[in-house]
Amino acid sequence: MRIAIASGKGGTGKTTVAVNLAAYLDSQDIDTGFIDCDVEEPNAHFFLKPELGPAKEETLPVPEIITDKCLGESCKKCIEQCRFKSLIWMVSEVLVFAELCHGCGLCELACPADAITEGKRVVGTTSTGKAGDINFATALLKIGEAMSPPLIKAVKKADSKSEVVITDCPPGTSCPVIEAIEGSDFVVLVTEPTPFGLHDLDLAVQLLKILKYKFGVVINRSGMGDNSVEEYLNKNNIPLLGSLPHSRDAASTYSSGDLLWDKIPGFKQEYEKIWNSIIKLTSGAA
Amino acid sequence: MKQIVVISGKGGTGKTSVVSGLASVGPKKVLSDCDVDAADLHLILKPDVLETNDFFSGERPEISADKCTSCGLCAEHCRFDAISDDFQIIPEKCEGCGVCSYVCPADAVSTLPRKCGQWFISDTRFGKMVHAALGIGEENSGKLVTTVRNASAEVAEKEGVELVLVDGSPGVGCPVIASLTNADMALLVAEPTVTAMHDLERVHSLTKHFRLPSMAIINKCGLNPELEETIRKFCTENDVTLAGELPYDRTFTRAQLEKKSIVEYDPDGLGKKIEQIWNSIELKL
Ligand code: SF4
Ligand code: SF4
Ligand code: SF4
Ligand code: SF4
Repeated sequence: MRIAIASGKGGTGKTTVAVNLAAYLDSQDIDTGFIDCDVEEPNAHFFLKPELGPAKEETLPVPEIITDKCLGESCKKCIEQCRFKSLIWMVSEVLVFAELCHGCGLCELACPADAITEGKRVVGTTSTGKAGDINFATALLKIGEAMSPPLIKAVKKADSKSEVVITDCPPGTSCPVIEAIEGSDFVVLVTEPTPFGLHDLDLAVQLLKILKYKFGVVINRSGMGDNSVEEYLNKNNIPLLGSLPHSRDAASTYSSGDLLWDKIPGFKQEYEKIWNSIIKLTSGAA
Repeated sequence: MKQIVVISGKGGTGKTSVVSGLASVGPKKVLSDCDVDAADLHLILKPDVLETNDFFSGERPEISADKCTSCGLCAEHCRFDAISDDFQIIPEKCEGCGVCSYVCPADAVSTLPRKCGQWFISDTRFGKMVHAALGIGEENSGKLVTTVRNASAEVAEKEGVELVLVDGSPGVGCPVIASLTNADMALLVAEPTVTAMHDLERVHSLTKHFRLPSMAIINKCGLNPELEETIRKFCTENDVTLAGELPYDRTFTRAQLEKKSIVEYDPDGLGKKIEQIWNSIELKL
């Protein structure tokens, strides 16, 4: 079973919930995998502290121009066709701006002289390892690189064997999170009980409704704000999976990169409740 | 005209609270919400929208069922799996690359402009504000950020305002790069957690890459004195001037619940601190 942990924006405690849920499952002798799909800011390794193997470079296709074959000035078909302005005419040849290239392959199709072949460029790295018994995978996007979805796709392939695979998604409601969620059996949305939290939760809910995923909500730092998130969930018939109480203890434990589920009173029961709710809500499908 | 961009390595560091606080002090400014993925500033500033504009980016292919012969060439060549088995475009996956229309032998694919969101010019109690809403599941937030940033500069010019305060995008990806372009200063909001420290390093390497002068605010102080010291040291060693520190305090949430800036909610406490922060920023500008 694949469970994606997501949130409309960053900082709601998405990673905290993901790592603690994974650690809780592991403690219940469930064969657990963890994939950090927040490739721009992978943080889960701070908490689960895995032993990682060597980083593997992940690449995207990028065109390479064979200058000898290129018809040059009189052609420029590739440049005309590229929708992402990643090819330009410079002095006397076609130049490729690899960072802008989406790797769609159109230029290669359009070239009448077979002057374009496929090269590779590195977009980031992935690594896998073990955090105790948890199968762990993470990825790191190159700084300044815009194409995170292909890297997310690559790191997601790392674990297909664990019984339950938790994926920590990037924040937001655009393509990286869509890629991270794809193929999940259930999505856990993490929010906090504040106006910001509610606003961003609503965006994430709209996205999941469009994509037609089963989902439920965890309220983090419950008690810090007001009841508007609970009211929203009731009104929209969205299951509340659990509420993690607000505490200064939790905040400072988190700040040092420690797990919370077995340290803060009441947290273990809450993760148990979250997990049981997920089982109940997915059992119809399985 | 000067542009200050407030950024943080990740979301949830209190960036928007800092921006709305800074909006309440100092000289007149134009506010610019470039966190288009999760725009929150409007929740505090409650803008009166004066102008709404549609934002288009890229193309949206459409397959005409009448012309399509179901030959399958488009789906075979689409590298983003954005064409379904019954030859419909899946908009969340489509990158608008144009391969499908190029390969279609039946001329069944037409391309339309893709509406990806909206952006607004508004009035707020702190001055004019430019903000946006990215469509759900849409990409190209980088381009929308650029649109918002350019519009903010235009509004400032028209109004004769000397300062644009930008709520930047989180992360180190394409949106934040777009929010930093043309900036005069980056203000990094850091919190003392293991993960945020790491993100601070990443985002700092980005501002260095752009050769931008940067200052930092440590938020949520008192949570982890050891890490606070690490951040201070990092700032000294990397030429990042510390503009000030803000405590870990429920006042931030209380102000948010009342939809007030922390300066309005707590003028004598956090308000004074924000004023001091503004003074040290002004000195460096
Ligand atoms: S592969 Fe696509 S995006 Fe890349 S250069 Fe060719 S046409 Fe442009
Ligand atoms: S389409 Fe091929 S031949 Fe024409 S300019 Fe491009 S690389 Fe050269
Ligand atoms: S435009 Fe490109 S990504 Fe979109 S459906 Fe056509 S081939 Fe696929
Ligand atoms: S290539 Fe054209 S005709 Fe063939 S399946 Fe696609 S849209 Fe239909």
